[in-house]
Amino acid sequence: MESILPYLINGVSVGGQFALIAIGYTLVYGILRLINFAHGDVFMVAGLVMVYTTTAMPFYIALPLVCIATVALGFVIERVAYRPLRTAPRMSLMISAIGVSYLIQNLAFYITGGVAQPVVNPIPWISDNITLFGQSTKRVTLVTPLLTILLVAALVYLINHTKMGMAMRAAARDFETAQLMGIKINSVISMTFVIGSFLAAVGAMLFFTNSPSVTITSGSMPGLKAFVAAVFGGIGSIPGAVVGAFIIGLCEELIKGLGYTTFSDAFTFALLIAVLCVKPTGLFGEKVTDKV
Amino acid sequence: MTSEKRKKLLTLAVLAAALAACLVVDATLPSYHIAVKVISKASVYMLVAVSMNLLNGFTGLFSLGQAGFMLLGAYAYAVLTIPVAKRDSVYQYFDGGLLHFSLPEIFSFLGEDLGTLVGMLAALLVGGLLAALLAYLIGLPVLRLKSDYLAIATLGFAEILRTLFQWNGLGPITNGSNLLKSYPTFSRATSYVLLAGVLIFAVVLLINSTYGRAFKAIRDDEVAAEAMGINLSHHKRMSFVISSFFAGVGGGMMAMYMGTVAALPFRSSMTYEILLIVVIGGIGSITGSIIASFLYIFSSEWWLRGLDSGTFLGIHAPGLFKNGFRMAVFSVIIMVIVLFFRRGLMGDKELPDLLGRRPKKQKKEVAGK
Repeated sequence: MESILPYLINGVSVGGQFALIAIGYTLVYGILRLINFAHGDVFMVAGLVMVYTTTAMPFYIALPLVCIATVALGFVIERVAYRPLRTAPRMSLMISAIGVSYLIQNLAFYITGGVAQPVVNPIPWISDNITLFGQSTKRVTLVTPLLTILLVAALVYLINHTKMGMAMRAAARDFETAQLMGIKINSVISMTFVIGSFLAAVGAMLFFTNSPSVTITSGSMPGLKAFVAAVFGGIGSIPGAVVGAFIIGLCEELIKGLGYTTFSDAFTFALLIAVLCVKPTGLFGEKVTDKV
Repeated sequence: MTSEKRKKLLTLAVLAAALAACLVVDATLPSYHIAVKVISKASVYMLVAVSMNLLNGFTGLFSLGQAGFMLLGAYAYAVLTIPVAKRDSVYQYFDGGLLHFSLPEIFSFLGEDLGTLVGMLAALLVGGLLAALLAYLIGLPVLRLKSDYLAIATLGFAEILRTLFQWNGLGPITNGSNLLKSYPTFSRATSYVLLAGVLIFAVVLLINSTYGRAFKAIRDDEVAAEAMGINLSHHKRMSFVISSFFAGVGGGMMAMYMGTVAALPFRSSMTYEILLIVVIGGIGSITGSIIASFLYIFSSEWWLRGLDSGTFLGIHAPGLFKNGFRMAVFSVIIMVIVLFFRRGLMGDKELPDLLGRRPKKQKKEVAGK
């Protein structure tokens, strides 16, 4: 138990970070039926912006700026790359998402010069060492799951009890009918991207304070894993994404704890394939019947 | 009838001209010249792009596992062709590795040069067959999935394969996370072009056969295709296996081109790159994929080089044209194509269509006058 404990604590923390990214995937998929391949790169950009801003100004100005920049990026991506393809086949939309991911990575390469940007204690209080159940760890490991739960609760409230949330649920159920009912579909979709990017920005801040540096590809793995979490939990479902992310975070860290670090990535994808083959709708997904 | 013949002749003429150009390049330039390198790399990409197009463009199965199958082909080629004498130094951390034979040396009874060539081709073939076998096994569960789920599942398989090949437990064969090197390669661009060309010709024959028509029917409407008596799962699996075979062979050629093999370059970004080539060329056009591969590789590796090194088209601006600007410009161009020219360069047209159309246009003009 003593030896497993640090991995459990880490797992919950990693799970929280995955959950924040996974919600972005699941919200967008719920409405647009699009795997937003660029979401992992938005996450990476948030990390980069954090590194740049925290070295230039105090963190209480820098952190809101990171959120604003990331939200703006998510909004612009939807506006420029996805909106013109609203009536196009789904495959074009997915290709466009892949193109955006490629573009963001290459732009980031140009700006950073391809050099890994070191992360040096960006947020003072959060990286302090604390002792938890007799284990020494950083405070961020404790803050992450709490903040995740808080944000998810707020999001669930927003979706279940506000007008915008109702519009989002309607759009997710039936895109065209929602439009006929007078819902401004474009603003709903923009809102989805804004929320998703905001959560990704928070996730990035928590994730990258714990990692030594930000590189241009450091968003793709967490992005893919968060997507797996979203699928595992049932894509389109927010509680599903959160539960899936925590399970995947815990399992990965436990596998690392058992000494099979090489296989922690492979496990995630094996889980994805197993879920897709056995129960494609995931843990909490709604059953969809294909109409011809 | 005569126009058909004319089309065929013109197509042959264009292909012969392309081949002649390659021969001239090979004869006049040294093998380390950038033109030779770029043509070789473009031929590899052309084969892989066509294999992806067969699956994504002609059968409508959106798979993103290409890099995984290429990885398998590349490793198979390298492992089977490293000379026995050099195995100790390549597998220095794994006691000389598990295998103690090399295909080019087994075929050496055919003579020095011919034996090496046959051995290399056999290794490529083995790589392709392994990829095809794996595709068959993966296809059993995965091909039941639809569009984006299929894409993610195949992407997942490619990633699993990549981590597996870096695992030290397989080290005696794959050399773990260390490089595989010292294997024989083609040094001439024409060899790459010829090999890729022959394989692509096989794909073209396949697409024009009844199987090819069945693939297109599945792409256009699965339900209607099934109603017409096409066995969906059989044809999907077949397309997946064949496409993976060519991706495997392409991976082997990629190993030849790169000179060393490691699992790292075969990331999902390589699949994305190939997908973007297919999209630029036009989903559903072999000719498009070929032209796009050459355009893509030529511009990214050669023509736009100046954007990275300070001077482009005579403009000297080292502050702007620094490392990475080339790919940034390039990806903007790709986004423009993806968003505004969704049919790509060729749409679903092929080379003979282009050549055959010209006389018709002239006739119309004559009639108009």
